[in-house]
Amino acid sequence: MTASQDWPLYEVFIRSRQGLSHVHAGSLHAADAKMALENARDVYTRRSEGTSIWVVESSAITASAPQDKGELFDPADSKVYRHPTFYEVPDDVECL
Amino acid sequence: MALADLAGKDRQNSFDEHVAADGKVEPKDWMPAAYRKTLVRQISQHAHSEVIGMQPEGNWISRAPSLRRKAILLAKVQDEAGHGLYLYSAAETLGVTRHEMEADLMSGKAKYSSIFNYPTLTWADVGCIGWLVDGAAIINQIPLCRCSYGPYARAMVRICKEESFHQRQGFELMMALAKGTASQKAMAQDALNRWWWPAVMMFGPPDGDSVHSSQNMAWKIKRFSNDELRQKFIDMTVKQCEALGLDIPDPDLKFNAATGHCDIGPIDWDEFWAVVKGHGPCNRQRLEQRNRAHDEGAWVREAATAFAAKERDRQQQRAA
Repeated sequence: MTASQDWPLYEVFIRSRQGLSHVHAGSLHAADAKMALENARDVYTRRSEGTSIWVVESSAITASAPQDKGELFDPADSKVYRHPTFYEVPDDVECL
Repeated sequence: MALADLAGKDRQNSFDEHVAADGKVEPKDWMPAAYRKTLVRQISQHAHSEVIGMQPEGNWISRAPSLRRKAILLAKVQDEAGHGLYLYSAAETLGVTRHEMEADLMSGKAKYSSIFNYPTLTWADVGCIGWLVDGAAIINQIPLCRCSYGPYARAMVRICKEESFHQRQGFELMMALAKGTASQKAMAQDALNRWWWPAVMMFGPPDGDSVHSSQNMAWKIKRFSNDELRQKFIDMTVKQCEALGLDIPDPDLKFNAATGHCDIGPIDWDEFWAVVKGHGPCNRQRLEQRNRAHDEGAWVREAATAFAAKERDRQQQRAA
């Protein structure tokens, strides 16, 4: 038995360039957050893909459940008046 | 039919419809047990292939003919390790652990691509792996970018982007040899002679004998048949061989005007199955080396674990 079996899983998020948000890139196992960061640098930014990295233990993420998808997201479907295209305005009025 | 069975059938039907309509499946979604099982098998085998695939090329890192070629080969082998990691991570989202997959590889229970059971005897073999083996892999992998299982598809997008450098560096290497001295060209031809048929076999058994094909097509894990992909590879490579001025080792190879494709001679499937069953030139060596590398790395893993624990303790003491 090697100790690495117990290494937690980390999720890796990369900011590809300044001005953009961090985006999920993948995951890896590491002994601690520092090692996760170092390995994420080697695995996910070998071709200048990043300017900043976040790592977070996967177990720290609270996720919505697939079976709750309808309850959570369907109500928005019937509220078309939240979109600008819902409104009819004259074509010749500018800046609308 | 019991109520629970009916609910199960509904779930199965809506899954089938979702996938048939090119819908994606994500880790926490309900999926048939057989879908999960086949993906774990395929993704872990794919990951094992990337990891074992480092050995034949790694064999030449210390003997690369120039610093430029050495840097390229190092980068390529490092990519393969990364590809293995992306794929193991994708498989882990299906509930299998990294440790289980590693154990299955090292015990010989799990399979990996048979192509890596062939030896790299000369420097030209490094070129053939990049050009032919990675070229064949790209043809296999591009359709996988649209696979129904989200994490696998996303891993494949990353891999395909990186794989394109692998193929091109291999072709460039072969080109340098093919346009070089007579003995360099002979070395390139010899490597092509040895790698051609194993590369053609990389697409797996002919469609009639392929065990997992039809279900995997229906589940949108596989998009083209083995023979369709193989034909694509053959047509592409024949043209590339012309550019290199090298000959494909098949007297029956000819262009078929009726189909618009190149026909090839019979494939030695006995050789294919022998290698799959463990009787290729390097099967034992590959597994031994993987096990040795794992054992010899144990102290590194233990040290990293101990260091992480120590750092945690220090932080707690500082906080107290």
